[in-house]
Amino acid sequence: MTYEFDFGAVLGYWPLLLQGTLTTLRLTLFSTVFGILIGAFCALVKTGGPQWARTIVGLYVEFIRNTPLLIQSYFLIFGIASMGLRLPILVGATIALTVNIGAYTTEIVRAGIESIHRGQLEAAECLGLSKVQTYLHIIIRPALERVYPALASQYVLLMLASSILSSVGVEELFGMSNRIQSDTFRNFEVFVVLGILYLILAVVVRAGFSLLGLALFPRRRKLGTSL
Amino acid sequence: MSPIVELKDVRKSFGNLEILKGVSFEVNRGEVAAIIGQSGSGKSTALRCMDRLETIQGGSMVICGHRLEDAKIDLKALRRDVGIVFQSYNLFPHLTVAENVMLAPRLVKAVSRAEARTVAEAVIAKVGLHEKLEAYPEQLSGGQQQRVAIARSLAMEPKLMLFDEVTSALDPQLTGEVLKVMEQLATEGMTMILVTHEMGFARKVADRVIYMRDGKVHEAGSSDILRTPSTPELAEFISEASEH
Amino acid sequence: MNSAFIISLLQGLLGTVILSILTFIFGGILGFLIALARISPVAVISRGTGVYIEILQGMPLLVLMGLCFYGPGIFGYDSLSPLQAATFALTLYSSAYLGEIWRGCLQSVAKPQWEAAECLGIGRWHRMRHVILPQALRIATPPTVGFMVQIIKNTSIASLVVGYAELSYNAKIINNSTFQPFLYFGIAALMYFAVCYPLSVQSRVLERKLNVANR
Repeated sequence: MTYEFDFGAVLGYWPLLLQGTLTTLRLTLFSTVFGILIGAFCALVKTGGPQWARTIVGLYVEFIRNTPLLIQSYFLIFGIASMGLRLPILVGATIALTVNIGAYTTEIVRAGIESIHRGQLEAAECLGLSKVQTYLHIIIRPALERVYPALASQYVLLMLASSILSSVGVEELFGMSNRIQSDTFRNFEVFVVLGILYLILAVVVRAGFSLLGLALFPRRRKLGTSL
Repeated sequence: MSPIVELKDVRKSFGNLEILKGVSFEVNRGEVAAIIGQSGSGKSTALRCMDRLETIQGGSMVICGHRLEDAKIDLKALRRDVGIVFQSYNLFPHLTVAENVMLAPRLVKAVSRAEARTVAEAVIAKVGLHEKLEAYPEQLSGGQQQRVAIARSLAMEPKLMLFDEVTSALDPQLTGEVLKVMEQLATEGMTMILVTHEMGFARKVADRVIYMRDGKVHEAGSSDILRTPSTPELAEFISEASEH
Repeated sequence: MNSAFIISLLQGLLGTVILSILTFIFGGILGFLIALARISPVAVISRGTGVYIEILQGMPLLVLMGLCFYGPGIFGYDSLSPLQAATFALTLYSSAYLGEIWRGCLQSVAKPQWEAAECLGIGRWHRMRHVILPQALRIATPPTVGFMVQIIKNTSIASLVVGYAELSYNAKIINNSTFQPFLYFGIAALMYFAVCYPLSVQSRVLERKLNVANR
């Protein structure tokens, strides 16, 4: 074997790698926040909305879950551009990721909502809570708490999958690698470095989610168990 | 004394199945009424109608001045006046004991956090669980959870308390601690209606006993009817119940 | 809409199906070994496979594609064709997820049954073959069918680093010359949907049956 590894050439591009990492984290953060909002809303519709709205949400969820993120991104980002709308690429990428993760979040949160015992809704009703109060305090909060571990792993997968957006020109971590490859021709080393960076990112994001879980759910903090 | 609960010929069906076939009785302020009867006699349905968890389809029902057959009834006002405790406790699992009790006063009556806390501490102390304020429901026994559920209703300062077989899911030794709390409430003059299988408790605490059978009030009167029933059906029911 | 383009999309779909089937076969075999290794009583083996799974689940499939595409050449082997590299990467990737799914299935059967088999004095392999596997297979079928959907969707990525010509790749090429993204990516999406949706439905039906049977 004659190949000599040269990681130095790749690591010399650390400012680009750092910038890419930050973009990846930013994309993940925004699509997580919007994804939760969409997911919580659609899950509410799917569990208690009128039939026509349930059908629409059902179609949305099934369509997204049965097509690849890559095609969804092409469809949305090139599609929006073809209508003459000039969106910043990061906005387009966030839209594509949000639309995608929103469908997965809907299914997870729906399962959480369906696990809420009917008796608790009755108790809330009898205490005089309004529909909105019941939804916020008695349904969505414990539902999110219950499915939080599943949501967290789904969002780690989202962070990893955001690399796909490099193919539409987003310069997140993976996208930056194209530049480094064409400068250094050290393709393999670039992928090794990327692999390690993503592994670290996955650990960091996972840790971030568990810390957030402790902050959001006092019961979890105190008892250390899932609801 | 004016009745706080007044049922006249109340009817209720689920599909083709008629559960309440004309139920009439009254309960006065400060009274404890026990509704007894076999399962399927309609006693729980009658109770659920009083908090409008079910809507009645015939007759009239007045609870604390609210007309329940009225389509435009102010549900919020009704539920402020009426507290209900269920067989399955239905505590909110993600909230502590104190938070369970504080939730409704804060959201429905919009009282301050501090004020809600004061009320919560008082009612939780009343059911004997002041050392469990910060515990979560899953850390409590069934009897303790049921006492918290009672406290949660009391925090809304209801004029009438409904109890739907609140000890049926409990072991005998846990039943006692819940009944003790209910007895104390009765002594303090709370108006209470309970659907129960506890004949001994009904005999001891109830001012009025209503025996339901097949969707109707079959026999009603003071708790004396448990000692000297005038219908053979009630006599049989009592002897069956005391065998268990 | 041009019929040549539709034919090209259908050819792409064929590429997607071929890659999916290869991945499922090889990923399934490797995944099964991973699942067995994961529940091995030898700590080095079970922990080693644990690390393998952690690594593969902690990096994007795209990175794995790159490593599989450029790696062999560097270590002195012949470089792989796009299909070979894509199959290699997807096999590794799927083996980690299938391994985890199947480990869960094996263990969920294993506990009580394992002890029962032990009492009967059946050897480890026999006990696996005749007691555990048949039951684990029943539990494993719904999530496995569900994971086939993931595999099919993941093959779309093979168009990016290694340049394997499957459905997404052909759709992209067509879009480059027609600039009708809604039309052609829409058709490509429908094609994916037509393959994936029946599998998703089947997975749910199987799961419901299993739940009913276990009640």
